[in-house]
Amino acid sequence: MEQFLEQFASGLANGAIYACVALALVMIYVSTDHLNFAQGEMAMFSTYISWQLMQWGLNFWVAFLGAVAISFVMGVLIERVILRPLHNAPVLSVVVVFIGLLAICNSMAGAIWSYLIKEYPSPFPKSSFGIAGVIGPHQLGVVLITLIVLSLLFAFFRFTPLGLAMRAAAQNPQMARLVGVRVDWMLALGWGLAAAIGAVAGIMVAHIVYLDPNMMGGILLYAFAAALVGGIGNPGGAVVGGFIVGVLENMVAYTGNQIEKLTGVYIIGNGEKLTVALIIVIFVLTLKPAGLFGRVVVKRV
Amino acid sequence: MAALLEVKALKAFYGSTQSLYDVSFEIPAGGITTLLGANGAGKTTTLRAICNMVRTEGAVRFEGHDILGKPTEEIVRRRIAHVPEGRGTFTSLTVDENLRIAAYTRKDKDGVKAERERVFNYFPRLKERIQQQAGTLSGGEQQMLAIARALMLKPRLMLLDEPSFGLAPLIVVEIFRILKRINEEEKVSILLVEQNAALALDLASHAYVLETGRVVMSGDSSVVKNDENIRKSYLGY
Repeated sequence: MEQFLEQFASGLANGAIYACVALALVMIYVSTDHLNFAQGEMAMFSTYISWQLMQWGLNFWVAFLGAVAISFVMGVLIERVILRPLHNAPVLSVVVVFIGLLAICNSMAGAIWSYLIKEYPSPFPKSSFGIAGVIGPHQLGVVLITLIVLSLLFAFFRFTPLGLAMRAAAQNPQMARLVGVRVDWMLALGWGLAAAIGAVAGIMVAHIVYLDPNMMGGILLYAFAAALVGGIGNPGGAVVGGFIVGVLENMVAYTGNQIEKLTGVYIIGNGEKLTVALIIVIFVLTLKPAGLFGRVVVKRV
Repeated sequence: MAALLEVKALKAFYGSTQSLYDVSFEIPAGGITTLLGANGAGKTTTLRAICNMVRTEGAVRFEGHDILGKPTEEIVRRRIAHVPEGRGTFTSLTVDENLRIAAYTRKDKDGVKAERERVFNYFPRLKERIQQQAGTLSGGEQQMLAIARALMLKPRLMLLDEPSFGLAPLIVVEIFRILKRINEEEKVSILLVEQNAALALDLASHAYVLETGRVVMSGDSSVVKNDENIRKSYLGY
């Protein structure tokens, strides 16, 4: 039972990370209809920035906020400078740009900070934090920080005029212009926010997976799965999807371990959890192609 | 009386296709003017051209300022409210959010609050539906919401694109009655594009008739209405 809870909690912690990256993907997707393949690498780059700030002597939380702010500005700049000229370009051109961005982030991080794997600290106190035998201090911290970030974002979109304007611009850009919303800037702002959320995810996961230029590769895959399971056009769905995928993969491994313990036969374990989790995702999407919380868009012809 | 909106030799293009050739007209402050014409005459394009939503040439002056080619968002800030064809509802937002976003450019909180009350006075049904998703409203209610949204801007000029489209006759009559009231009580000038010429001519004081991207005639509504030749050749009733 204790092991079950432990696995469940660690699934929640992973899920929180997937939820953040999935949310970043969805935020850009709903306003541009593009999936940003570089989201993970951008988050990795942000994590290096926070590491660098700490190397320069800043405290973890200052470095955290600094890196999130810098990422926000970088996100805005990427949209304004690189993607603005591609507004009317075919989808494939944009995809190529995203892949280019991915490669650039990756090799730049390698060139600046080297490909050597680095340790990354956890800001959460070891002694007083967490619940012994159930959830470790870092895992609990990750879940809490993510929940705070997600609630702040929710409040921003739900209650502020700017958040409302961003939603309106994503839903109906032409009409948004007609009520005076500067839609171009809303897109850039969306990129900035997505980059900032990615930074949070990267910084939170770095202690678990260690810091290196390829740290986000697998996580981006999970995040895609999470976004699709939740319904790619639905931010709330992406968050729930993230937690589902996180818990699911750990439950798969746990079940495999239990079976092995009981019967002595090894069927699945830690090594297969990604595979099995993705099979379940494919299964869900076969039954509900729009995702669990997605809406089927019906086009009138 | 100086014209509120002056349109001179307006041309408009979709890609390389020209759809307006020479459109000139004036809208007096405080009045209701209607643009009539058959399908494809360029009525909707004219409204879109005023808000810079298509590529244009020519001149558009609003309250003495040249607005042609200015970004749509800036033109809206001069308080020109465009109610587009198909109503332009933000379907996934609630009625309340639709009204709030409509006042996005306004900084006077108290004014916006008062506007809301006025809007509910014209459209009490919207108040009942305030927390409902706009996409779930009926066609008539969505048209009301579209007009309400325009009002939240406290507009000087309202551009209305076929407010009668797809609505039951009784609801159309109700909406046109409200438009009349809005024009009189709020001193909002209205430029109305309509397929339903008879209805539009009853409401408007002045009419322009478009044919294939040109103004082919204009005059007082009563004159246009009673001229059998115009009716038969351009308005088809």
